[in-house]
Amino acid sequence: MQQLEEKNISQVVINYTPKDFDSGEEPRWCPGCGDYAILNAVRSAFAELSKELGIPKEKFVIVSGIGCSSRFPYYMNTYGMHGIHGRAPAIATGVKVANPDLSVWVVTGDGDGLAIGGNHLIHAMRRNIDIKILLFDNRIYGLTKGQYSPTSVMGQITKSSPYGVIERPVDPVMLALSQGTTFIARAIDRDIKRLTEIIIEAGKHKGTAFIQIYQNCVVFNDKAFDDFAGKEVRSERVIELKHGKPLLFGKNLDKGIIIENGRPKVVKIGENGITEDKITVYDETDFYLNFVIATMHYPDFPEPIGIIRRVKVPTFEELLYNQIEHAKKLKGEGNLQKLIDKNSWEILPS
Amino acid sequence: MEESELGRKRKLEKVTVKFAGDSGDGIQLIGSQFTVSTAIYGNDFAIFPEFPAEIRAPAGTTYGVSAFQIQFGAIDIMTPGDEPDALVAFNPAALKVNLNLIKPGALVILNIDEFDEINFKKAEWNSIIKGEENLDEILSKYEVIKVQMNKLVIDALKDVNLPHKEKLRSRNFFALGLVCWIFMRPLEPILKFIKENFGKKPEIAKANELALKAGYNYGETLEIKHKFVKIEIPKYKFEPGKYRYVSGNEAFALGILAIKEKAKIPVVFASYPITPASDILHYLESYRNFGIIALQMEDEISAVNTAIGASFAGALGITATSGPGLSLKSEGINLAVMTELPLIVIDNQRSGPSTGMPTKTEQTDLLFALFGRHGESPLIVIAPISAGDCFYSIIEAAKLSIKYMTPVIILSELYIAMGSEPWKIPDINKIPDIEVKFWKDGSKFYPYSRDENTLARPWAKPGTPGLEHRIGGLEKSHIYGRVSYDPQNHDFMVKLRAEKIRRVQTDIPDVEVYGEEDAELLVLGWGSTFGHIRAVVERAREKGWPVAHAHLKYINPLPKNLPDILKKFKRVLIPELNLGQLLLLIRGKFLVDAVGFNKVTGTPFKESELMMAVEKELMNMEKEGKLSKPIHIQEGRFEEKEKGGAVKHATA
Ligand SMILES: Cc1ncc(C[n+]2csc(CCOP(=O)(O)OP(=O)(O)O)c2C)c(N)n1
Ligand code: SF4
Ligand SMILES: [Mg+2]
Repeated sequence: MQQLEEKNISQVVINYTPKDFDSGEEPRWCPGCGDYAILNAVRSAFAELSKELGIPKEKFVIVSGIGCSSRFPYYMNTYGMHGIHGRAPAIATGVKVANPDLSVWVVTGDGDGLAIGGNHLIHAMRRNIDIKILLFDNRIYGLTKGQYSPTSVMGQITKSSPYGVIERPVDPVMLALSQGTTFIARAIDRDIKRLTEIIIEAGKHKGTAFIQIYQNCVVFNDKAFDDFAGKEVRSERVIELKHGKPLLFGKNLDKGIIIENGRPKVVKIGENGITEDKITVYDETDFYLNFVIATMHYPDFPEPIGIIRRVKVPTFEELLYNQIEHAKKLKGEGNLQKLIDKNSWEILPS
Repeated sequence: MEESELGRKRKLEKVTVKFAGDSGDGIQLIGSQFTVSTAIYGNDFAIFPEFPAEIRAPAGTTYGVSAFQIQFGAIDIMTPGDEPDALVAFNPAALKVNLNLIKPGALVILNIDEFDEINFKKAEWNSIIKGEENLDEILSKYEVIKVQMNKLVIDALKDVNLPHKEKLRSRNFFALGLVCWIFMRPLEPILKFIKENFGKKPEIAKANELALKAGYNYGETLEIKHKFVKIEIPKYKFEPGKYRYVSGNEAFALGILAIKEKAKIPVVFASYPITPASDILHYLESYRNFGIIALQMEDEISAVNTAIGASFAGALGITATSGPGLSLKSEGINLAVMTELPLIVIDNQRSGPSTGMPTKTEQTDLLFALFGRHGESPLIVIAPISAGDCFYSIIEAAKLSIKYMTPVIILSELYIAMGSEPWKIPDINKIPDIEVKFWKDGSKFYPYSRDENTLARPWAKPGTPGLEHRIGGLEKSHIYGRVSYDPQNHDFMVKLRAEKIRRVQTDIPDVEVYGEEDAELLVLGWGSTFGHIRAVVERAREKGWPVAHAHLKYINPLPKNLPDILKKFKRVLIPELNLGQLLLLIRGKFLVDAVGFNKVTGTPFKESELMMAVEKELMNMEKEGKLSKPIHIQEGRFEEKEKGGAVKHATA
């Protein structure tokens, strides 16, 4: 009863501003690091989410691994766990199954989430446990001072690849697609407005949400995304995916994507008889379309940004708790004494 | 063993029986059914199932042999017995691997239909194949019953509508029936089991029932034709009460259900399959109707971290594994040490290193559990002493883990995880509640403030307004819990975490000494060896030798009175299934004159070898003038014994 009242009270007073999510701890990131922008976006998104969904501050939990990015929980005035390298999805899974009422978030890096923690990431995604995973992708190991990561590009010169990287990078969105992840998005740190919107959408999603965030590391991999994410070039080199809307891009929205022989193709409206109604309309629930669009990368194509996939599928914790209820109906609520007494025999006093 | 003719019965105080055959022969099934019948008959018993390492090892090979050994008797039975008095061998391979293990004069029952050239070849029994030896010569020292089991089973099942091959599958029940006749076990519990478990396949149920009865009746034929006598083992005087038969793994699972009931918080069990711990997961998954959350994770690292996440969220996180999995969990356990969250890690030790011998027992993870993590990483270590004790150990672990906000490692062993024993059923109502205090008060909350007595930090679960806080693996400042690199603070926190675990001593019982404290040799054991050591010390004391036994269940911290106990004895003998791990700890911590008795064969101690170790040590003490009274153990008898053993092997 008392708990219920408490809940009602907190629901009534929810009117947070981003500042309410500031823990007061001074961030220790390098000046100019993309992580600051993401921090601001998450604070704004959380304030918005708590208003829209009635989530009080104490119900947010942020779990991270190890890396510059993984310092994140310390700067948020929520419950938080700075875990160990790569294991945040596992810790978050434990939090969520223990208390499905919580809004559980994971902050991870390209090394944390895709190298050492790749296994947990894959399995969280395929289970569709309701956790939101923010992968800060700077294509470098920041905290350990500049080694190449699983998303570093071929030829990239880093401290541990002085002659250039000779491994092909992992594509995190493709990986997420292959696991049937129910919410997949890509965002750019410096486009705070869009980033905030996407985080809010992830927060509203029920199931695993995965966002690859291109994040600039000013010290060890500066300008890694400037070719397409730079302010001046972005509109021409990035395509904003919008569900139900044609795949248009360009300053004047005069370019678009059509699917020809199963492959994406860049076309210009007004050229070769292309009109706007010929442009493919994006459907975030169509796996094949999601897949085709995810194959596009700059410079061959504009880099897709936004929600790549979103579908409704029962979550892991729903299935788990439903199964518990089902088992109770089937076998009756467990009685421990009865279970222990099964197959027993009695020795009578002689 | 005392024997007396009583009509047509032989009366024995205790007896050891072993069933051995192919892993596909249903050996474990009849072993467990014989055990249930024995329990209901009213004997005390101890069992030891042995599994082949490969699930589908080629039929008839020595490495595909599955076995089940049981010792039962009218007296207190603490071990599954050293050398079987009776062996049932389903094929040549099963006989070959057990020949050197059974007692001279033992009863050997063979399914003679399987002793043909093909099967001798599969068993690689070269001396027989080449004609250098024959079966009868080899078995001349034993009392042999050759039974045409294949033929007899097919005859008995002539009215059953099953293919020939399927009918032969009931041979195990035929053998069981025969052994039940010999040892006068009741068939009713087994018939009940058949009905309950094969009821959905009536033809198979019928086949098993007929085979069981045919085997039993075959005993009568033996009696009439061959003047074979039954063997009676009088009933054991059990303490009155309700009993059942429990393995360590089942006891853990039941204990976890008890924790949920007594602590009244959610319990999250996250694990990754590994022998010999998987059964805990199987049991708990099947207990869904108890509201228990049991999860099979993608690996051991995920399992331990999921458990930690659950504990952070206000549940009790538990994980279970064996050696290789414990290696993977080290880093996760350290996170729980640093974040000071409750966590229980069960380690069912098996033979190592690496994959080692996964189906064999050992006590080789003791130092690993204590010290196998980077940094100063103290935690509680509890080693259950029997299968039934696993139930109480895990409840105790939960109580301490929550009270002190610390991980606990339960160091169990394959031997008790898989072995079963009669267990006096606890009255769940009488088990006290486990106290859980979640912090509520936001005005006075500091994540690393301390309880004055236990030094535990507060448990503040997400969802509680006003207690938002961050924890993690980085060192934290005392009281405030902010990230801290301050050297003085780190020094302080390292010592504080150690002191917290030391204080657990006030919550654990003193170690008890069996036998007078003025005895001169103390046998000190830990974990699963309790039964073996106690049985041997009892016998030694009956001979009037100055020996006592103490057994450690709490490995960290060690009981408060242990140093005083150790000082009372002139020598401490520490038998372990490793190369001397507790020995290193005891010598290092207490500077006492302790010696080890160690073996790592993957099998439990034999009573005889432990007895020899005790004798040898007493003789050493006598030579060194460390015994106050002479004990008259004959010199040189070990050499003789060992020679005798060698002779036996040569002729067998
Ligand atoms: C088990 C373990 N191995 C290695 C490390 C060292 N380490 C810390 S962070 C890190 C890489 C972080 O890279 P990323 O996840 O991309 O995060 P970023 O710093 O770039 O945000 C490594 C290798 C560690 N802390 N733990
Ligand atoms: S090293 Fe790079 S990623 Fe890390 S804080 Fe500095 S700029 Fe940011
Ligand atoms: Mg990185």
